[in-house]
Amino acid sequence: MRREVPLILTAIVGITMIIAHFIPPLNILKNLFEDWFFIIAAFAIYLGILNLILVNGDKIYKKQKGWLFGAVVILGFLVITIIGIFFSGGKSFQDPGTPFYYIYMNLYYPLSATMFALLAFFVASASYRAFRARNVEATMLLLAAFILMLGRVPIGEWISAWLPEGYRLGDAADWIMDFPMTAGQKAIMIGIALGVVSSALRVILGLERAYSAGE
Amino acid sequence: MGKTKMVRQSHHHVGKLENSFFISFVLVSLLLSLCLFALRSTLAEEVPTAQGETAIQKDSVPPVPPTNVTAKDIPNDKGGAITVSWERSADDGGGAKNVTGYEILRSTKRDGGYEHIGNSPPGATSFSDNATKDKVLYFYKIRALSSTGTSESEPSAPAFSKRQWFNFSRLSLFILSLIIGSAIFYFIEKAKSGKGVFIRKIAGLEAVDDAVGRATEMGRKIIFIPGIMDMDSMQTIAGVTILGRVAKLVAEYEAKLEVPVCRSLVMVTCREVVKEAYLNAGRPDAYNDDMVYYLTDDQFAYAAALDGLFLRDRPAAVFLQGQFYAESLILAETANSVGAIQIAGTAMPTQLPFFVAACDYTLIGEELFAASAYLSKDPKLLGSLKGQDVGKFIFLLAIFIGAILLTLNSVLGLNLPDLRELFKGI
Repeated sequence: MRREVPLILTAIVGITMIIAHFIPPLNILKNLFEDWFFIIAAFAIYLGILNLILVNGDKIYKKQKGWLFGAVVILGFLVITIIGIFFSGGKSFQDPGTPFYYIYMNLYYPLSATMFALLAFFVASASYRAFRARNVEATMLLLAAFILMLGRVPIGEWISAWLPEGYRLGDAADWIMDFPMTAGQKAIMIGIALGVVSSALRVILGLERAYSAGE
Repeated sequence: MGKTKMVRQSHHHVGKLENSFFISFVLVSLLLSLCLFALRSTLAEEVPTAQGETAIQKDSVPPVPPTNVTAKDIPNDKGGAITVSWERSADDGGGAKNVTGYEILRSTKRDGGYEHIGNSPPGATSFSDNATKDKVLYFYKIRALSSTGTSESEPSAPAFSKRQWFNFSRLSLFILSLIIGSAIFYFIEKAKSGKGVFIRKIAGLEAVDDAVGRATEMGRKIIFIPGIMDMDSMQTIAGVTILGRVAKLVAEYEAKLEVPVCRSLVMVTCREVVKEAYLNAGRPDAYNDDMVYYLTDDQFAYAAALDGLFLRDRPAAVFLQGQFYAESLILAETANSVGAIQIAGTAMPTQLPFFVAACDYTLIGEELFAASAYLSKDPKLLGSLKGQDVGKFIFLLAIFIGAILLTLNSVLGLNLPDLRELFKGI
């Protein structure tokens, strides 16, 4: 039963969702199932929090390698939770002017932006490795990237200004984006759509059970 | 004595001065009051005049009313909704009587009983009334609002909402789904009967054994990241399914596996999957709940935690399988910097170039969904992959024929059908 019940539930919900896509009155059931998912996910947050505290608490208790990071995680979690719940002065904790909002805007937000900003450096290092002309395909990639990068900056326009309109580096960059790139991306997207259909059918029919802890 | 008289006279003189000053003050005050009163009266007279003029203007010069109000049932829906359309007032867009918005009025009788049911901003030409009773006739009027007054349109022709049992705008999708679904069923049945199915080699999946073996030899961890989305994403389900196969291999090799996740539901699911994989590999004793743990729901906090993990623990292999966004390259580059073998897979077209550039192997789009079937070698699952090829063939054929038809239309000026219309609902 432990294996059959999840499979039956998956099949019922999956088939209903597919049918509801074509039969409008069944949208009520579709919306209901979606609401249930959010309710279950909301309850699961407590499991996540509990796990976070247990794993890091255990690390601190046993003084494992990196236990100080665990202490920072638990301290941060407690501070932000207590401030959000008890020190919002009658307002919603997300409202401007609350201590929670202050911490969010002045500590959390800049840290998050810093992580995002690292992407610029990683793009450079990854491009350096990817654009080495090791074989024919990599050379084509390198050439396309070279034209695209030059075509997107003013110097590219400047050095190709002597060429007739429509044949400059900017135009070549636009052509790469509009035709080879779009065609390739559409092909990948068609493959993805078919892969999703096939995977969904396997899951709904109970052929694919690994997600529900069954072979 | 004389001095006293002089003082008295002085006091008397001062008193007289004070009196005259007081009288003058009162007179000036009175005069000022009169002036102020007169001014106020004048202003008071002017304001009503201005207001009166405005009122007259409001009553006499309202904006031009909207025209051609039509109401019709919203097609292919579950009922209970009518869409109302109109042509904007001529005063919508500027001028003294500039329309500031529209009020939508509804009644079940043509000549009266109109109730306000909603508002639309200036420039709007339609409104969806989502609170109708099916099979009840409704009339609609549109009221144009402006600072100079209001004006109402003529009522619309009656309309009623009704429930549709099939969404005909998705008919082509329905037919295509039936064809592809049938093909998948057919090939699954064919595979069940024992006929071998040829599947091309996927380098990324062939490398799974090597990655796990390498980690075992080096005595380092394998880190599996099932994306950053929840279990309602098909990519996460595909990632978790691959985790099951990888975990079984890890259990057989007696390597170390760690699965840090960023969604609680994913954590619960991954635990069950890894536990089952260890059980199936005959190593339930090696399983530990702490192998799968929750970090945070936040995208960049999760990326920061994983980067820290990579740098501290220097894993031998990193699997990035699921739905990723901007953190993809941050994770892949950091894992690369510690020398981990990386097998990535995602169906996010915007993140694929990052993975291709930074990882050793990448499962591109559909390969992510095929991975589980490929790794399991189960003929039923492999048969479903063969069914996908039928879908690809249909799309290729449609693209080829569609391109020829459009080219002929363009070059020869013909009026052949546009195949894109067939795929509009998809």
